[in-house]
Amino acid sequence: MDQALVIAAHGSHLNAESSTPTYDHADTIRATGAFAEVRESFWKEEPSFREVLRTVDADEVYLVPLFISEGYFTEQVIPREFRLEDWDPALWDSDGTSATTATLSAGDTGQTVHYCGPVGTHDTMSDVIVQRAQSVTGDPDVGEGFGLAVVGHGTERNENSAKAIQYHADRIRERGRFDEVQSLFMDEEPEVDDVTDHFESDDVVVVPLFIADGFHTQEDIPEDMGLTDDYRTGYDVPTTVDGHDIWYAGAVGTEPLMADVVLERAADAGADVSAAIEQVREETGGARPATGD
Amino acid sequence: MDGEYVDALVDTAPDGIDFDDLRVDREPDGYTFRTPAAAHTGIDEETLREVAADSPYVRNWYFWHAVAPQKDDRWAFLRWLEGADERGVAERYDALSDGLATTWGQLHLRVALTDGERRYHVRHVADADTDSDDLDAHDDPLDARELAKHDDDGQYRPLKTAPSLRTGWAFPDLTAGDLVATVDAFYPATVANWHREREGDLDVSHWRDTVSRQTGIYGVVDTWDRGDGHEHVNWVAEACCDDSQCLKRREWQYDDGTDLDVDGGAGAFPCREPCSLVIAAARKWTKLEGEETRTYEFDLTPSEKEQLEAIIDAVADGEADDIREADVYEGANRYRVRYLRAKLFDEDGTFAGVETDD
Repeated sequence: MDQALVIAAHGSHLNAESSTPTYDHADTIRATGAFAEVRESFWKEEPSFREVLRTVDADEVYLVPLFISEGYFTEQVIPREFRLEDWDPALWDSDGTSATTATLSAGDTGQTVHYCGPVGTHDTMSDVIVQRAQSVTGDPDVGEGFGLAVVGHGTERNENSAKAIQYHADRIRERGRFDEVQSLFMDEEPEVDDVTDHFESDDVVVVPLFIADGFHTQEDIPEDMGLTDDYRTGYDVPTTVDGHDIWYAGAVGTEPLMADVVLERAADAGADVSAAIEQVREETGGARPATGD
Repeated sequence: MDGEYVDALVDTAPDGIDFDDLRVDREPDGYTFRTPAAAHTGIDEETLREVAADSPYVRNWYFWHAVAPQKDDRWAFLRWLEGADERGVAERYDALSDGLATTWGQLHLRVALTDGERRYHVRHVADADTDSDDLDAHDDPLDARELAKHDDDGQYRPLKTAPSLRTGWAFPDLTAGDLVATVDAFYPATVANWHREREGDLDVSHWRDTVSRQTGIYGVVDTWDRGDGHEHVNWVAEACCDDSQCLKRREWQYDDGTDLDVDGGAGAFPCREPCSLVIAAARKWTKLEGEETRTYEFDLTPSEKEQLEAIIDAVADGEADDIREADVYEGANRYRVRYLRAKLFDEDGTFAGVETDD
């Protein structure tokens, strides 16, 4: 039976580039031929969450949210808008960062939907963060002598928002590759504004755990960290702030290896995509490091 | 594909074929082959192959069963595109040799035969008569995602079915499957919803259903309906859903028993529920409309009052940028508006010196 992949992303009414990482990762996966169809869908753009399934021919769909954390969007909005019958967040049996998959029926199309946890809380996301650090420094062995800051939005409304950031920071710290690893936030303590207070290392790579570049990653965070007074004038990579060289990476979601995380989510839900995973890792520089877990 | 359609016909004949003026069966005394142009009975396979090889009816049958996408809506859309319900095969093939064109939103779609096979062409309706050499050629349906992103002025288009599709491109030579994929990339889900409507099972979600479904920051929109009429929803539809703003034909109403009073538009494809742009705008209006009116006093000349009306019209109709620089006869002309501001606003930018909150 044909299997289809549907990626669910936020999208934007205002920012034309919000959808770009979604399209890019979909194209990478499409090129592997692992799925009969690969479709992007958006909360704010079209095809909408409400209507994308009716454009898919396959009876069996792997639905992967391109979101960072488990919470409002993954537990309420997406299941409701996709009309996933009998959805209950308990089906994921998650502690906030351990969502798996649930197999449900779509109310309007009758398709079988394997509803996967978001990319942001999958273990391989830690690899993408490290890969992002490699990309921004241009050093495939970056780690020694470097600190790594994983930056999240943070919000008091959803504790899982911070959990996802801390989860990956902890995992990367345990690997011992970087001298220091810290999770920082825009809207809660510890704040990204004070990034240099949290590191002793001279060099600090800052990776925002966001899906797309936009207002937060291109304007707020660079200005908050003191990389620039005005985002429109740009900033250097690295920029020296308070004696530290700050290597600001921009949204992790733009890293090509993100396509691997989408595939891993589908694989965990039973999709037959092992060859595609190997191919995508090869193409996006994500072949597993020897130090990986 | 030469001959493939003949092999397929011979393979399928034992099951019987009855499609678009073509009937083929295998009887004990041989094959029967009937079209409006020919009738053969008791023929052997070799003869069947000979008559099939030159028959547009056979190529037509093969196309619709082995080449065209088989998903119901895609198949029906391609049939509609060439008027298959109105034209028999002979008439259709005649027409297809010259090419048949139709319009879908702002897309100009054309199908024509090349070496007996259907090939499809897509461009902007405004470019229908443009020389192909003057258009950027594309062959990947997914290029449409990028083409649909910005209008001719470079402005981002958050609504795919806004009548602001950029011009200057063409998909000159597409297969049937790629034609549908291209249309779906420009106008997602329009084919699926059009087909559902034709089949009588379009799942319309009216205003009340849609706003009561909202949660999070959009949950507030539900409070805008206070059981005392639906005038505000008329205004929403007039603002956002008019043909000048969106090419979908609005089929959603206030609720199942209460139609809105404004026209839904004339689009080929239906709109089955308030979209995310409508909901986001309605959230803003819900907050704004929570304010009570109050009386302000301004002194305006009759012409100044009319000028304010002209400015609102020009902005609402997207015509402000089209008013010529020196056309001071238009109320929304930039010099006219700057004069009005210079005369009526005080140094704090307050209209006629009347404070908003007093």
